[in-house]
Amino acid sequence: MEGLWDFLRSLHDAYGINLVHFYDTFERGRLLRGMWTTVQLAATCVLLSVLIGIIGAWLQGSRFKILKAFVQGYIQFFRNTPPLVQMYFFYFALGPQMPRVENEFGIAQPILGSFAWAVISLSFFAGAFNIEIFRSGVEAVQKSTVEAAESLGFNRWQIYRYVVLPLAVRVCLPALNNNLVNLIKTTTQAYAIAVPETLYIASQIWSDRINVFEMMVTLLTFYLILVGIFVWLMTRLERSLRVPGFGQ
Amino acid sequence: MTTAWTPDQPIVSIKDVHKSFGPIEVLKGVSLDVRKGEVICIIGPSGSGKSTLLRCINALVPINQGSIKVEGQEVHDPALDKLELRKKVGMVFQSYNLFPHKTALENVMMAPVHVLKRPKEEVEAQARRLIKKVRLEGKEDAYPGELSGGQQQRVAIARSLAMNPDIMLFDEVTAALDPETVKEVLVTIRELAEEGMTCVLVTHEMGFAREIGDHIYFTDRGIIVEHGPPATFFTSASDPRTRAFLSQIL
Repeated sequence: MEGLWDFLRSLHDAYGINLVHFYDTFERGRLLRGMWTTVQLAATCVLLSVLIGIIGAWLQGSRFKILKAFVQGYIQFFRNTPPLVQMYFFYFALGPQMPRVENEFGIAQPILGSFAWAVISLSFFAGAFNIEIFRSGVEAVQKSTVEAAESLGFNRWQIYRYVVLPLAVRVCLPALNNNLVNLIKTTTQAYAIAVPETLYIASQIWSDRINVFEMMVTLLTFYLILVGIFVWLMTRLERSLRVPGFGQ
Repeated sequence: MTTAWTPDQPIVSIKDVHKSFGPIEVLKGVSLDVRKGEVICIIGPSGSGKSTLLRCINALVPINQGSIKVEGQEVHDPALDKLELRKKVGMVFQSYNLFPHKTALENVMMAPVHVLKRPKEEVEAQARRLIKKVRLEGKEDAYPGELSGGQQQRVAIARSLAMNPDIMLFDEVTAALDPETVKEVLVTIRELAEEGMTCVLVTHEMGFAREIGDHIYFTDRGIIVEHGPPATFFTSASDPRTRAFLSQIL
């Protein structure tokens, strides 16, 4: 490793290519922590938004009009407003309303930090789209298949859990992939409420070290790899769910 | 509404059932009884309400008027425990309706495991026996998409039998099949009937109805026009509508 850092250092001296965020231990440390924060943020939001999608699509099939209207209202609100404005609303409007707790130094601080608010706002944002995506899959499931499950004594939740959802997921996986890729990229927005994720740390480094060009290239490459890994995982999931003679 | 039911009473008792879909009245006062161990065949032109009647028996379709009792239990009762009803009544559909993401074996196992919460090992042993019974040994791990129509339909029959029903409803189960595969499904149904399973069949297979039916009902435009044991029904039908229908079909 030392050899590599020395080589990168020599690039700076010889050609002015400033990759200080790799060879300098301090810069490298905070950049890696930023990337780890991005991974944690993305993974949490992906899981929560998929959960919101699954539950929301189920509630949309409910017999209770109020529940359906509530889900519909939620979707309209989060789909028709900009995600950055939503994040500001959560952090700056709702955040101060929350109770405060004392930290270990005896100073009062908000119960939810910026990371938590980013998770909440991004999950709700992507979850609204996920509900619509899962619904499209649910609607593609044949009524006669549902009827067969009903005649076997399955109740509404069991039909959703064992028959409708597994079939719906197979139908809507490509659309879900798109939305989750968008979600992962939108985690950079957490920059706006000072979550120390990759973009936020990168901007600190380029301000301190004046290596804007190199940082931009590093950032783009990082997201390319991150999203690439996610898409690869989802393709594997898609393949493992493939069933002979269904949906082909 | 838990009137004590004894096996000498009709296992299914349908009285004056009316059912409308919007402005269209599909059933206009249908009555019929099914006794334990009997095989009832319902025939008639398309749109005469045969399938709707069958769907009413296991409460897939609510009725507007009249009464349907299964083992003494009113199906039309809002307080009905649908699970209890559906444990007693198995149903096989025209389009098989297997769960396409599950193998043949899993299709048979799903309801007993998830609905009846029976232990998996025990259910699997029963499912394997049932698949053998419908002559699909070796196809346990095949997905519905890999099976022919006749094979899928036999899996569907095994799937219903896995719930140990008292009555089996067959809704035009051979209508979507190739002529060659019709036979394999009919053989399975005949075996069930011979074992004493109570069966209600909606069918267009007149020869089969004549052979295995204890009683034939002819429906047209929402009413039962005529009924009788096959020997007399097919040879000396009295109603002109029945005669016209039979002359077209036979």
